[in-house]
Amino acid sequence: MSDRIEIAIDGRVCTVAAGTSVAAALLDAGQPAFRASVQGEPRGPLCGMGICFECRVTINGVPHRRACMVTCEHGMSIATGAAPA
Amino acid sequence: MTDRREVGLAVVGAGPAGLAAATAAAEAGAAVVVVDQASHAGGQIWRHRDRNALPEAARARLARFEASGAEHLSGAAVVDAAPGRLSVVTDRGPLLIDAHAIVLATGARELFLPFPGWTLPNVLGVGGLQALIKSGLNVAGKRVVIAGSGPLLLPVAATAAGHGAEVVAVCEQAPLARVAAFAAGLWRAPAKLADAARYRRAARGARFRTGWWIARAEGSAAVERVTLTDGRREWRVPCDLVAAAAGLVPNVELGAALGCRIADGALAVDRDQRTSVPAVFAAGECTGVGGEDLAILEGEMAGLAAIGRPVGALHAARDRAGAMVALIARAFAPRAELLRRADADTVVCRCEDVRMGQLDPAWGARQAKLATRAGMGACQGRVCGAALERMVGWPAGTVRPPLSPARVSDLAALSGNGG
Repeated sequence: MSDRIEIAIDGRVCTVAAGTSVAAALLDAGQPAFRASVQGEPRGPLCGMGICFECRVTINGVPHRRACMVTCEHGMSIATGAAPA
Repeated sequence: MTDRREVGLAVVGAGPAGLAAATAAAEAGAAVVVVDQASHAGGQIWRHRDRNALPEAARARLARFEASGAEHLSGAAVVDAAPGRLSVVTDRGPLLIDAHAIVLATGARELFLPFPGWTLPNVLGVGGLQALIKSGLNVAGKRVVIAGSGPLLLPVAATAAGHGAEVVAVCEQAPLARVAAFAAGLWRAPAKLADAARYRRAARGARFRTGWWIARAEGSAAVERVTLTDGRREWRVPCDLVAAAAGLVPNVELGAALGCRIADGALAVDRDQRTSVPAVFAAGECTGVGGEDLAILEGEMAGLAAIGRPVGALHAARDRAGAMVALIARAFAPRAELLRRADADTVVCRCEDVRMGQLDPAWGARQAKLATRAGMGACQGRVCGAALERMVGWPAGTVRPPLSPARVSDLAALSGNGG
């Protein structure tokens, strides 16, 4: 579990421990706002277990992935902010 | 292309109850498949990256499950169900499972009761914080406030402190008398009292208060402070992370879609864990929040009963452990003040940004949906439905297929094979 892997968050490369969820990686990278709500408010994870859908991000071009349910993989590209509906 | 599978037993959920059900049935010779959304077996309570970090009993359960011959489908969501059939979407594509029997072990989620500021980033659930720490969140040096209700508060405080967080406050909304009555009710389970004492020590330095709750959270880009109250006094606490939840709510949506009867917010089951629908069984927190020991017993019973094996020998142990459900419900029921924290501007439905002031208490959940879209977003009311049920007395609506969001192409493939 000491392996480090590289991911890109909004184009910024950072390293995380293998096995880290995308949600944990974003919070650790100082990115508490994952997306904008329908009225433009910043939102981040709430439930941490796939129920609330507040942590949706775009992962490798696929929008609306739940960051708390996805484990980081080497070379993964994560985009926060508004995704196309 | 839709994969198909035919099994004796399909289990939904890979937490303690689901694993126990699958293990018992597979060890008895049944063909068993377990469907679970997470990447690893264990559910929320045994969530892990490194199995060595789990308690010995949990490691033994996971090892026994793996040796049982049951098939584990991880990263798999049930999007639709009928008795005898589950429509599943996995990372590898859609899958139809035909099963002689189904065991629902869908667990529980947290009850989030809205308060001003609860939508700020870095305001998480209590189990939510624990899940994120277990999935790698670094909390070292972070100031953490934990507030809510139930037996989860202290273990999560201990987890956070054990990972280097500065746990500033732990607030249990229930009054001291109720918490003491709960502890007294544990006399038959001394191991749980020892656990509680251990968690208290592990979270040392944190101030533990009963009869206190969060009044509001404030910050700009993320939470910066919370105001705690006991109804008379206020205590403002600067913090980096807030973990707030008012207990647990059984996940009954899949059971409801199957037509199972629901009582007191949980899937109703008979003494052998049968739901009201033939060949559909349920076990664990989705039948009432009672903790891990009860979930394992119920899971074993459901797994055996589902393949036609006798379970009478387990009734007595289950009934003893089952006393926990009533104990928890009585001790940690949310106080009235918790239900009145949202002001007119507080977002209640986070998916659609519907504020408390937009809702007319004279409506029902259905009318609120039509008028404001409350409960119609991605979570399908799983968060606001449980809150509004308690705040304004609207019975939570039902969740419709797809029970979990899925690609249209996957749904089309599943329905094309629906015959």
